Amino acid sequence: MDGTVLQKTTQADTQREAVIRVRNLTNQFGPQVVHQHLDLDVWRGEVLGIVGGSGTGKSVLLRTIVGLNKPTAGSIEVLGVDVLNGPEQERRRIEQRWGVAFQDGALFSSLTVLQNVIAPLREHTGMSESLMCALGSLKISLVGLPQLSCGKFPSELSGGMRKRAALARALAMDPEIVFLDEPTAGLDPIGAAAYDDLIGELQNALGLTVFMVTHDLDSLYAICDRIAVLAEKRVLVEGPIEEMTKVDHPWVQEYFTGPRARAAQEKGQSR
Amino acid sequence: MTRPTVNLNHDAEGISILVSGELLTQTLSSIEAAFTSFTPTGNKVVVDLSDVQAMDTSGAWLVADLTRRVQKAGGEIDLHGASPAYSDLIATVSKSIPDDPVTEIHHRSFGDWVESVGKRTAGGWKDTLSMLDFLGLTLHRLGRTLLNPRRLRRAALVSQMEEVGFKAIPIVALMGFLIGVVLAFQGATQLKQFGAEIFVVELISISVLRELGILLTAIIVAGRSGSAFTASIGSMKVQEEIDAMRTLGLDPIEVLVIPRVVALLIMLPILGFISDISALIGGGLMSWIDLDVSPGMFATRLKENTGIWQFAIGMIKAPFFALVIGVIACWQALQVKGSAQSVGQRTTSSVVQSIFMVIALDALFSIFFSVMGV
Repeated sequence: MDGTVLQKTTQADTQREAVIRVRNLTNQFGPQVVHQHLDLDVWRGEVLGIVGGSGTGKSVLLRTIVGLNKPTAGSIEVLGVDVLNGPEQERRRIEQRWGVAFQDGALFSSLTVLQNVIAPLREHTGMSESLMCALGSLKISLVGLPQLSCGKFPSELSGGMRKRAALARALAMDPEIVFLDEPTAGLDPIGAAAYDDLIGELQNALGLTVFMVTHDLDSLYAICDRIAVLAEKRVLVEGPIEEMTKVDHPWVQEYFTGPRARAAQEKGQSR
Repeated sequence: MTRPTVNLNHDAEGISILVSGELLTQTLSSIEAAFTSFTPTGNKVVVDLSDVQAMDTSGAWLVADLTRRVQKAGGEIDLHGASPAYSDLIATVSKSIPDDPVTEIHHRSFGDWVESVGKRTAGGWKDTLSMLDFLGLTLHRLGRTLLNPRRLRRAALVSQMEEVGFKAIPIVALMGFLIGVVLAFQGATQLKQFGAEIFVVELISISVLRELGILLTAIIVAGRSGSAFTASIGSMKVQEEIDAMRTLGLDPIEVLVIPRVVALLIMLPILGFISDISALIGGGLMSWIDLDVSPGMFATRLKENTGIWQFAIGMIKAPFFALVIGVIACWQALQVKGSAQSVGQRTTSSVVQSIFMVIALDALFSIFFSVMGV
């Protein structure tokens, strides 16, 4: 299958800085092998979309990179630090330089939205409460939530608002890398498009690197610079979306040339 | 990381502020005071950002906030030497600064505490009514299940019986044994003074069979299983599983509450019996060691002097205790609202209330049986 892997080793590659470097990753749960010899690079400042069928281990990959799942074998470097075997202190520091927004928000249910957002600030910085609140309000407003939601509890928010609040919390420490797990799943098309715009805007303004697990073809066309397809227990192909349609693999073909993909493509071009 | 620094200079034309270093979230606390304590007077302010090595949204916020305050005071501000990227970031941030930002978190004050006490007091009556309502509902479903036993979820019942009954046997048996030992030991010291050692048998058998065996078992079960019921059903409530059941036409009372209550109704008497027997064994053993009352003598005296009613009174109470524990635990679980904290609070209330109710009910039974003369 090696012929299907798009080799994009151009000159640009050597100038790009890999903020995440996954090598030879193997994940196995009991008899079930999820990843085998998986390699992946994420470049600074790009929006990388991870796609793949159900059960191909997209979320497992995300969880493995941020250290929530210990892989069976392989190495992972984030911002030049070995997150699996590096010194504890360095790994702790790295955790402040990334933000993770989970699929269902995973907001702390006993804290208000504002308290959720400033929780990392309270833990890691010595700011005064008023500055934390001001920065928290700013993040909440940046993700497009009204100030009214600051004092609300997660259970009082709609699903879409919870996702936005989760993003605000992920952005609290102004991370360099943001991990998003299905950020637009379950949002209405207008909300999803607004969320895409938001990610694109934040990425431009803050120079974020975004690692996004998604199934939303609109998102893939609208904001992803590059796409990595997980299949056959590894990254089957990676590259810009235009190149995906040329890949000779049944799943990839079906995914990127199906009716939904064509509609999304037209929409993406008209933007 | 280079800590950022701020230098203020007053000169003829106005105020110039020199900011240098890294304006990042992690390092911001060191210059926070310098920025926030600066009160614009309407003079021209020049902020020199040419020596800034890094900036994120938090750093941009400080600058944007300063800009806003200077302009509000009627002054002019000049952001000097900011790189295009920083200017863009400051522009994005100042666009997003909310008009009415929340400046402090509401902390619980004394007034709030008084309010919550008042609410709880006033709500107590409503809670009692709601719980009685739930008791009625459970009894109705229980009756319906008895009339039509096919409705009973047997798999759930068996697994609950294992959880609340079978797995509790070791702790209940050990507790009973130790109670017997303690009663015999303490009784012996007192009874020896009167030469009435042999009455230790009645002391143990009546107190254990009539009261302690079942009461202490019920307290253990309330702590063990009552908390488990509240926590598990409460978490399901948080995850909207209960709502999902309703939409599927499944009755949560029938699916969740009845198997648990029935399991308690079956297992609590059995556990009480086990603790009775263990206590008699423990007491008998201790009497033998400490008072030379042989097991044979213990058994004979037990048979002759302790009526079957002593045992029956204990056993009669068991199903009532079971119902109280099950209903309170499940009712508390269904009161859980949205958060993990609420599950914790309700679990605590569940255990406290069911233990209290078990003891109160035991006192009522005690009065009832004395009046009845048994």
